[in-house]
Amino acid sequence: MKTKSVMIVGVGGQGSLLASKLLGRLLMDEGYDVKVSEVHGMSQRGGSVVTYVRYGDKVYSPIITEGEADIIISFEKLEAARYASYLKKDGKIVVNTQEIDPMPVIIGAAEYPTDVLSELTAKGLQVEGLDALTFAEQAGSSKAVNIVLMGRAAKYFDIPYDNWIKAIENTVAPKFVEMNKIAFNLGYNS
Amino acid sequence: MKKLMIGNQAVSAGLHDGGLGVVSSYPGTPSTEITEFLSKYDDIHSEWAPNEKVACEVAFGASLAGARSACAMKHVGLNVAADPLFTLSYTGVNGGMVICVADDPAMHSSQNEQDSRHYAIASKIPMLEPADSQEAYDFAKSAFELSEKFDTPVLLRMCTRIAHSQSVVETAAAEPAVLKDYVKNPQKYIMMPGNAIKRHPFVEERTNKLADFANDCIYNKAEMNSEEIGIITSGCSYQYVKEVLGDSVSVLKIGMPNPLPDKLIKEFASKVKKLYVIEELDPIIENHVKTLGIEVTGKEVFSILGEFSQKTIKDAFDLEKTESVSADSFIPARPPMMCAGCPHRGLFYVLSKNKITALGDIGCYTLGAVAPLTALDSTLCMGASISGLHGFNLARKEESEKKSVAVIGDSTFMHSGMTGLVNIAYNATNSTVIILDNSITGMTGHQQNPTTGYNIKGDPAAKVDLEALCKALGINRVKVVDPYDLKGTEKVIKEELSIAEPSVIISRRPCVLLKYVKHEKPLKVVSDKCKSCKRCMTLGCPAISMKDGKARIDATLCVGCGVCNQLCAFGAIE
Repeated sequence: MKTKSVMIVGVGGQGSLLASKLLGRLLMDEGYDVKVSEVHGMSQRGGSVVTYVRYGDKVYSPIITEGEADIIISFEKLEAARYASYLKKDGKIVVNTQEIDPMPVIIGAAEYPTDVLSELTAKGLQVEGLDALTFAEQAGSSKAVNIVLMGRAAKYFDIPYDNWIKAIENTVAPKFVEMNKIAFNLGYNS
Repeated sequence: MKKLMIGNQAVSAGLHDGGLGVVSSYPGTPSTEITEFLSKYDDIHSEWAPNEKVACEVAFGASLAGARSACAMKHVGLNVAADPLFTLSYTGVNGGMVICVADDPAMHSSQNEQDSRHYAIASKIPMLEPADSQEAYDFAKSAFELSEKFDTPVLLRMCTRIAHSQSVVETAAAEPAVLKDYVKNPQKYIMMPGNAIKRHPFVEERTNKLADFANDCIYNKAEMNSEEIGIITSGCSYQYVKEVLGDSVSVLKIGMPNPLPDKLIKEFASKVKKLYVIEELDPIIENHVKTLGIEVTGKEVFSILGEFSQKTIKDAFDLEKTESVSADSFIPARPPMMCAGCPHRGLFYVLSKNKITALGDIGCYTLGAVAPLTALDSTLCMGASISGLHGFNLARKEESEKKSVAVIGDSTFMHSGMTGLVNIAYNATNSTVIILDNSITGMTGHQQNPTTGYNIKGDPAAKVDLEALCKALGINRVKVVDPYDLKGTEKVIKEELSIAEPSVIISRRPCVLLKYVKHEKPLKVVSDKCKSCKRCMTLGCPAISMKDGKARIDATLCVGCGVCNQLCAFGAIE
């Protein structure tokens, strides 16, 4: 199988590391060769963060460059737009429509481009927006945005539903498993 | 068993399974997790040292005593440990010793882009460089044997993309940690001139032996395919080459960048028509190949700057471009910033408001440099705020003494701030040093340090009393402020700047991300009272924004620190 490329993007502190850990482990258990590239340190302090997940028969590069991603899972609207150029022509963006103002917007030096998703759609990209924050809060914690999004994106992976649930059980701290299962299902059935 | 591990975890597993007994390190991205993962093994002594020089010397001592030892640091940390490094090359080892060093091409979290392979060459110490997590495990594990066989410490070079990328690792059986005999051997371990002069020929001879070894070892391997194009590469660059060019070219993969395998390189070069070297950062392999009289293409095509990717290779070989679409709208940058409730914010606000010159240091608080606070004037290296301020004040005298400070974190002060402070007292400038004591090493992800009262395992440990320490170092005026109290902080800073005496101000409040820190109820803006003056916006707090002309506080981010509240002249924040 040709190597597939998944990007998980968002704002530092939104839980993208856990999502990539879950996905990476699941893909390995499914029998793929897997590489997951994380970013630590300074960029985590509320900055834009990007994690690359690549899987296939044999994966070489741990990173993804422009025009290569099969799927972008974005935890925030602006971040989806920032990395849209990484998407393949027939790739898909699954995006939480939540808006988190970056510092230039907060201090009034720039405007938040609110209509940017429709702009991307108009350009022919396949963009699926969902209000993952509301689903997460429904599940019991605003922190579960990451799992809601994984639930929504699950259909783009050739992995049985039960294995996703097993992966959640194996990755998430025991006391949060039930809440995260609800979050996953809300995304999955959305 | 197969496991997905980041490179740093694989290094730690390799070191453990190679029989490691003692590890001492100072945290630094992208090296930190090596030691964090090692701290989870109960059969290894692990510790955070105050700095990399101490860590390296601890590893030396443990090796001398007969244990297999290691230390880990980021590239600039090796500058700090360079003093023991160069002479360790002469003493060699008793128990095997591995020095892990992590480079940061593209500076994801660093102040420069130095290439630590220069250190291997300069100190004449062999260096290994894995290209994925499996190799990180294998190389780390085998490094002890290499170290003991050749009587040398071994450098293990990581870079961000290997250190922080997970890939599949199959671990092998762990070797038990063995404590070799310690036998006193002054000629080998006391590096005074009479002994060292006899060790230098040993070092040269060892390098020759290692160079022979390099031609036929597990670390370097030739993959012969095409006779047209041959590529010599190493580390993550190897992955990019394979990703794009696959088996269409021949590849000489270098896993041991020092010393380089001359015979292997010559053989490889003779079998291909066109030879490239593809390596990130400096042209180390390339220059070496050129000294062998071999024609090669390298840095004229593959940049000396930043990190590579598959795109680098595609562009160089003129291969199909991938198509992509991007938004036309302006996408504002999202730089990292201080968290909502960060105790550094109040302090930096006061400095910024009073237009105080602030020589900065390395840590989360380097973010005080960014808009809107723009409170810093310099950031050089660990500890340079304090020594730099002394120099600044020597040059500009009273004029700067009255309006300049150094700002340094608690961990950085322990690392290399103390010596600078002694210098201020001893060589007498009326300098004002602010220690930002947030009770943790923040930027690298919350490591304990000698001021926190806990060790690497989270167990209680001796706690440095910063006030007593500063006094003992010769500073008579030591004041403590709470950076959430803007007026109190401002008063003390003004006082200490005006007094013709060196002083230390400890700005003390634990990092807001620490689990034990209780958050207050989020504040909110009473819209009717908000006059849209935007004074609260000058704090650069991520929880505060302007919506429809009025300030608004994001309740999910606000921790109720109350700093903005103190700025509002209209009582609109409650």
